[in-house]
Amino acid sequence: MYAQMVKTDAARVRSLDEMDPVERAFQERVDAGQKIEPKEWMPEGYRKTLVRQISQHAHSEIVGQLPEGNWITRAPTLERKAILLAKVQDEAGHGLYLYCAAETLGVSRDEMYEQLHSGKAKYSSIFNYPTLTWADIGAIGWLVDGAAIMNQVPLQRCSYGPYSRAMIRICKEESFHQRQGYDALMRMVKGTPAQKAMVQDALNRWWWPSLMMFGPSDDASVHSAQSMAWRIKQNSNDELRQKFVDQTVPQAKYLGLTVPDPDLKWNEEKGGYDFGEPDWEEFFNVIAGNGPCNAERLNARKKAWDDGAWFRDGLTAHANKMADRRTASKIAAE
Amino acid sequence: MELDLKPAVDQSALFAFLVRLGDNALILGHRVSEWCGHSPALEEDIALSNTALDLIGQTQLWLGLAGEIEGQGRSADDLAYLRDGYEFRNILLVERPNGDFGKTLMRQFLFDAWHYLLMKALQNSSERRIAEIAEKAFKEVAYHLERSQDLVIRLGDGTDESHRRMQAALNDLWPYTGELFASDDVEQTLSAAGVIPHPQSLKSGWDEIVSTTLSEATLQKPDDGYMHKGGRRGVHTEHLGFILTEMQFLQRAYPGAVW
Ligand SMILES: [Fe+2]
Ligand SMILES: [Fe+2]
Ligand SMILES: [Fe+2]
Repeated sequence: MYAQMVKTDAARVRSLDEMDPVERAFQERVDAGQKIEPKEWMPEGYRKTLVRQISQHAHSEIVGQLPEGNWITRAPTLERKAILLAKVQDEAGHGLYLYCAAETLGVSRDEMYEQLHSGKAKYSSIFNYPTLTWADIGAIGWLVDGAAIMNQVPLQRCSYGPYSRAMIRICKEESFHQRQGYDALMRMVKGTPAQKAMVQDALNRWWWPSLMMFGPSDDASVHSAQSMAWRIKQNSNDELRQKFVDQTVPQAKYLGLTVPDPDLKWNEEKGGYDFGEPDWEEFFNVIAGNGPCNAERLNARKKAWDDGAWFRDGLTAHANKMADRRTASKIAAE
Repeated sequence: MELDLKPAVDQSALFAFLVRLGDNALILGHRVSEWCGHSPALEEDIALSNTALDLIGQTQLWLGLAGEIEGQGRSADDLAYLRDGYEFRNILLVERPNGDFGKTLMRQFLFDAWHYLLMKALQNSSERRIAEIAEKAFKEVAYHLERSQDLVIRLGDGTDESHRRMQAALNDLWPYTGELFASDDVEQTLSAAGVIPHPQSLKSGWDEIVSTTLSEATLQKPDDGYMHKGGRRGVHTEHLGFILTEMQFLQRAYPGAVW
């Protein structure tokens, strides 16, 4: 979701009998539901997979500031403006916890930024779609934070301690965001016909990209199987997508909206909805850089970083001067 | 029963003063929020959205009280979203464009040093509700000042480039600082009634904070030359119109809609 299609370097998942004693001990701890902590031994593939997934997640949080930040100056009331500011601030905070969690695996934040800016590291496809009206802000809270929660609640039980703990903090705030998004839309659908039309238009545009957040079906993916064996991942993409649809469709109905999927139908037998297939060609295009806002998003992040170089250098230079002055005054005092 | 012989505070002066306070917070909050997601470091993104959030919260309180005092049924939102530029009463400093991050920080520092002293003094206002809002705002503003002051010092005394940028920002913004201490009948009336401090009484404290900070930052305090003014009586720069166009778009495009 925020981390879509994370590679594991595994050709296939190996059994306990095939592992050397150290790795076997590690896998047994994971199987027993114990947490792995930064200083402990871990397979290189496990470490790399976590770095990829956590950094992708962190990048998603900070790139995610852009589509929502786009409406802060245009929020319709002071209260909505304050709520949106607080949300965007939370997302930056999530980015910070996640970069810190990734740093425990031996990669620096600067290196991760470098990978983001060069296009080597990805972020969630969802943030490459534009926020065109105020209803999009409500729709993001409701659908995007909603989909994020689906994925992140199980991640609270992830085998890697720092990631699991970051998720526990983050999930609380994400559910708050989702409620606020839904509340904003509720207010609008009870308003004028124009407001209600704006909400329907937002749902029309955000529905399918939200379903794509879970990634393509990964039932046959060796990466997914390996991530599950390591307890980095707990559910298949299809499972989570189904849960999301089942949760969200009644909410859409309650708002009086039409979900833009002609194939959507309640299936009594499975106790869930049948629904259509997202346009995976569009998804792969967005992942490949051809989404409506890929260039803007990445350029905005690069510009922020490049334009801020003098600022960061200035702070570093000042810190060095202070350290030199302390040393000098210590020597003078001796 | 004891008669309260204190003359009632001039309500229209009170309204005018509260609108000035609220508009400063609103317009500066708007400017600061333009940085969201675009600042030089993640920590700054967080700090800036926090500052903007505080300022918008203060706007709600000041303009909310202004609307009540006015007694015409206007809410804080009505005042923020349904007035035109000539009715806005913020000082010109806060509507200056963000420029580079150094300019944004310098604007914040020059404003914070004044805002800090004003909120400190307003805690002793003879008007209980003003004192209460000031007490809440003071805590926030004290933190804003701590941060902006610290960054001005570190960047002034950082690299040659950061020094140069901070000095340029200071030189650019200095002519907009005179308006912080301007006064007219509104301030005369209210300070005489003990509702607010006289603006001039904040000047020496501000000079001291600014001089100490700039000297630690190895920055040169500009000479007091010509000072721009006008915002406090509704005569703004061309920038305000665009701020309001953006800010008020939804309220203007969908009149009467509830959000
Ligand atoms: Fe988040
Ligand atoms: Fe998230
Ligand atoms: Fe969120």
